Formats: sequence, C-alpha cells, structure tokens
Amino acid sequence: MSQMQEETVSRIASADVSGTAPDRQRTPGRTSGKRRPLAHDVPLRKLSWRTRLGRDWQMLLMMVPGVAFLALFFYIPILGNVIAFQDYQPFLGISGSEWVGLQNFVDLYFNPDFWVALRNTIVLAVWQLVLFFPVPLGLALIVDSLVSNKLRRWFQSLVYLPHFLSWVLVIALFQQVLGGAGLVNNTLRDLGLDTVPFMTNPDTFPLLATIQLVWKDAGWAMIIFLASLASIDGSLYEAAAADGAGRWRRMWHITLPGLRSIIVLLLILRIGDILSVGFEQFLLQHDAVGAGASEVLDTFTYFAGVVGGGWSAGAAAGLAKGVVGALLIFAANKVAHRLGEPGIFQKKVGS
Amino acid sequence: MSTPTITSSSKESSMTATLSDRRATKRLSKQLSFNPGRPAWKEPASPLYGTIKAIIIGGISLSIVIPLLLVISTSLADDEQLIAAGGFVLWPTHPSFAAYQAIFSGEFMIRALGVSAFITAVGTFLALFITITMAYATSRPVMLGRPVLMLVLFTLLFAPGLIPMFLMVKQLGLLNTVWSLILPGTFAAFNFVVMRSFFMNIPTELIEAARIDGASDFMILRKVVLPLSKAVIAVVGLFYAVGFWNAFFNAMIYINDQTLYPVQLVLRNYVVQGGSMAEAIGVTSTPPPQSMQMAIVVVALLPILIVYPFLQKHFTKGVITGAIKG
Repeated sequence: MSQMQEETVSRIASADVSGTAPDRQRTPGRTSGKRRPLAHDVPLRKLSWRTRLGRDWQMLLMMVPGVAFLALFFYIPILGNVIAFQDYQPFLGISGSEWVGLQNFVDLYFNPDFWVALRNTIVLAVWQLVLFFPVPLGLALIVDSLVSNKLRRWFQSLVYLPHFLSWVLVIALFQQVLGGAGLVNNTLRDLGLDTVPFMTNPDTFPLLATIQLVWKDAGWAMIIFLASLASIDGSLYEAAAADGAGRWRRMWHITLPGLRSIIVLLLILRIGDILSVGFEQFLLQHDAVGAGASEVLDTFTYFAGVVGGGWSAGAAAGLAKGVVGALLIFAANKVAHRLGEPGIFQKKVGS
Repeated sequence: MSTPTITSSSKESSMTATLSDRRATKRLSKQLSFNPGRPAWKEPASPLYGTIKAIIIGGISLSIVIPLLLVISTSLADDEQLIAAGGFVLWPTHPSFAAYQAIFSGEFMIRALGVSAFITAVGTFLALFITITMAYATSRPVMLGRPVLMLVLFTLLFAPGLIPMFLMVKQLGLLNTVWSLILPGTFAAFNFVVMRSFFMNIPTELIEAARIDGASDFMILRKVVLPLSKAVIAVVGLFYAVGFWNAFFNAMIYINDQTLYPVQLVLRNYVVQGGSMAEAIGVTSTPPPQSMQMAIVVVALLPILIVYPFLQKHFTKGVITGAIKG
C-alpha cells in the first residue's frame, strides 16, 4: 500500500471513530415476555449483559472470523516481538531462548549498516516529500480545470491504472524502457551514443525511485484532492469572476484556501510516516543498485532476519521502526489538532 | 442556451406536455448534466496556457500508454521484425504467439498461473466473507462493537513486523503451502473501513423493519444489507483480488517449492532478476528472450487490464470518494 493510500485510510478512519450507525430513533425496543428486544439502538447501558447477549449473539458470531484473523495475524505476532529481547534460536523456540535484555538494540546502535538503512530511508522520504507530494495536487488542479467531461474521465481512468499494477510489474516495465537493454538505451546505442545506466546508478537511485513512485501512485493520490475540490462551492468562483478575478486569482483566493486543510493534513501525516518509504520497490532493486543506496529500514529487517538468520536483530530493527513510527504518527496527529485540523483520531464528540 | 431555461421548461412540460415531449426534455437535460460545458463566467484558456496543459496531459498519458504498448507489442512481434527493430517494437506487423507458446510449453508457467488464479479466487472469497461480517457487525451499535472496532483501527497505526509474521506463519505450519499466500491477506483495514462506512449509511429503518418482520441478524445481512451493497462488494472484492494477484513478497519468503510459485514471483525471478528462463521453463528452442520476458509481463498484466474497467466504473461512481469524504 502506498503512503498516499495509507493517508487516505487514516482520513477514512477519522470519519469513523466518531460514531456508529446513525441513531435515528432512540425508542426503546419491546421487552415483553421472552422476546428479545427488537431494536439495536436501545441505549446499551440500560440492558444487562445477558439481555444484550441474547439480543446480539448473531452479531457477535459475525465478529468471530475477523477477530480470529486479527488475533492470528496481528495481535499474536505483535507479542512475538519479544524475540527482540532474546537471543532467539529457531530450534529452542521463544520459551527456550535466552533473554538478553536490550543487547539487540545496543548491537543495532553500533551496526553501521543500520545507520545506512536509516539514512537512506530518510533521504528517500525527503525526496518523496519534495518531488512526489506536489504532483497529485497539480494533477488534480489540471483535471479540475478540464471543461470536457469526456477528456476528464478518459484521463482519470488512465492515470489511476498504474496504481493497480504490482511493484514487480512496474519495475519490469521500467527495466524494459530504461534498463541497460531497454528501449531508451537501445535507441542511444543505435544512434552511436553512450548508454546511460538509469536503473543501476546508486547516485541517482533516489530520483529514479521517486519517479517510479510518481508514475505508479500520483494519479491515485489525486483522488483525495479531487474530492475536496468538488466540495468547494462553485458560486464562489462565479462571484469572484463577476468581480473581475482572473484564473490565477481565483486559484489563489478560492481553490488553494479550499484545499488548505487537506494539504496540511496530508503533509503532516506524511511527515509522521517518514520511516515508511515502501518496501517491495527497494527489495526488487536491491541487487541492481546495491545495498548502499537501496537499503531501507524494512529491507534491512528482511535481510538481517529472514536471509541472514539474525532473527532477533531483525525483530529488534522492525520493532524499533514500528514503535518510533507509531510515536511519530501520534505526534503528527497532535500537531494536526493544534492547527485545528481533524487529524487521524478524532476526539469523540458527544457520544 | 442556458441551464435555467431548460429547467423551467422541463417543469412546465411535466405538468402539461405529452410523453414524447417529456422524453425529449429528459434527454436534453441529461445531455446537459452529462456535459455542462464551460460555465459562462469562465474565460477560455489562453493559447499558451492551453498548449502547456495539452502537453502535460499528453505527456503523462504517453508515459503510461507507451510502456504498456511496448511490452504487449514486443511480446506479439515475430522474430524478423524484432531483429530488424533491434529488440523493441511499438506495433507488431505480423502478430505471432510464438513467445506465448514457448512460455506455456512447459508445465512451469501453467502451474504458476494456476496458483495465482487459486489464491486470487479463494483469497478474495474468504476476504470478502471476513470483511463483510466484521464490517456489518461493527456498523450497528451492538455489544462489544466499539472495542472490536478499536482492535481493527489499531492495525492502521502499527504493524507487527516482518519477522514475527514469518515466525507465526511457520508456527501455524503454513510454510510452503498456498495457504501462506492466502490467509495473511484475508483482511485489510482499508477495505473494512470502506465497507463499514457504506453499511452505516444504510437507513436503520430498513433493518428495523426486517427485524419487526422476524428476521434474524444473519437473515438481515443476507436479504436486506447485501442486496443493497452490490457496488461496494464489487469494489472491495476487486481490491482484494488485485491485491492477491499482485502479491509477490509473501511467496518469496514463505514458498521454496518452485511448483507453488505464483506468476508475480516468476516475473520477479526471470524478468526483474533476469534468471535463465529457458532452463526453468524447460524449453529447448526459444524465441528471443526479450519477447519471452515480455510475454510473462503481459501474462501478469492482462488480468489487471481486464478487470480494471469494472473496478474503475465502480470507484468513480463514488463508492471510494464517498467513503473518503466520510
């Protein structure tokens, strides 16, 4: 999942936490005889848990598959992070392995490869912030300014498409066009010019990676801007135009203020999510450009743990990243609140 | 002709006019709402601005179309044209399926396709089942609804990490089985949230009415909620399907057995990493490696291109943007 999509997720979540289904009528359900109360919108506190169980057991049963999934593939693995504090040996298991306290984290601190991975992660995140972040906004403004609905739809369908291609496919396509035996270098060779190692030069790798990300996800990330553009009142434009405001003044005084809150929110969230720059993209190009340029925290975890067999070291790196990442997101959310934006987790209002 | 005139005439016609009149007005207003054209207050683009915009739009479109066209055409081109063009063609003059015949001549690629199809079909089905039940149960104010919702939303904030997930899959005995490619992907909080916000917008009255008629919660879900939610189920289902089809990393760490490789992993091993395909696939006389690589790319790409129009039709209908706006 791309980071822009994750931001979308958080936006969605924010709309959610504030309440469940609209309680239209707060009329108490009938409790006559042995019949279960009818309505789900009876204030919960007024019923005993037995009554509620009798009323809701089918709903509870529906939660079972999902909760089982979360337990097996989320919450129990979270507990599995204890191996970060152990010298984990697969044949001894978690219960048999020796506890080493914070030793793995100390080792991590003195491991130069870890710092390379951290540096690459932050460098890539900054590149993405500078080069990727403004593109969807610009695209949305262009699409919004298109008068022909047909062209608009056609263009939208086209730019959303790469989001649904896998990273393997995207890298394969880039190789076919820009790789050593790819279209561009083939043409250069035919013209008798020197070839350019677009795909394998570690120095330009951050730029390449950012371009790949723009190609794949900028169109999709545009959706959220288009949605907020659509919510700007059209009569504002009309009034401004009647008062003599030209195209650019309308954009400056109406469009951008209308987008301000979503821009600020996405920006803060992106900064809070700075430790996640993507994983598959870098794993796939690890061999081509070398670890020095393409190792990020997630690939470091993978190579240290799964490939190198340093289970505990990998888990320690993963856990450190997860915890710091979560703290950063919380901090970003606090900043958003300070600025008067809704943020990811809304405080519950009146429920 | 401006819009206000049309609406007023349509009002008049609905009072007095004949059926054909009304149809004509309807058609006209439909045309207008489909393409309102340039609003009166909006000045036409200056030549410079219009040109820049056209170049940007054209450039972006080409950057997406050309690579796709390139791989499809090259995979279909015959040897002569390929050699003459130096490896790449943008339009096959004599389309040939030799590259496809070659990659499908061994069992390897057919198996990979089968594995991918299986995990996509079974995974999407399971994922929809889990997501629908969970989303419906937490969309109504029921016992434990809120804590369970919190359990889900927490997954958006934190991830358990790669190593513990690997150990869990290993512990469950799923290593080197297709289930390691299916089960960990059968629930995604994003899809859950989309689905749940759709369910929350279903009027409570409908559900209460069914309840008064004696329907159980299961029956309400099946007979009332699901028929109203076809669009969102289609979108979420396609999201899951695309996710399963595209997944390669799970296969890379959980699967050693070559016969269980999905298409994406084949693509990674033999196209991105440039492994020797002829050996793995078991073909002796091969068309140029370029077109065989391209053929594998197309095999991975085609299902996405096929389902994309359906996917796109639904999410532009506003299922997703509606959910985003909350």
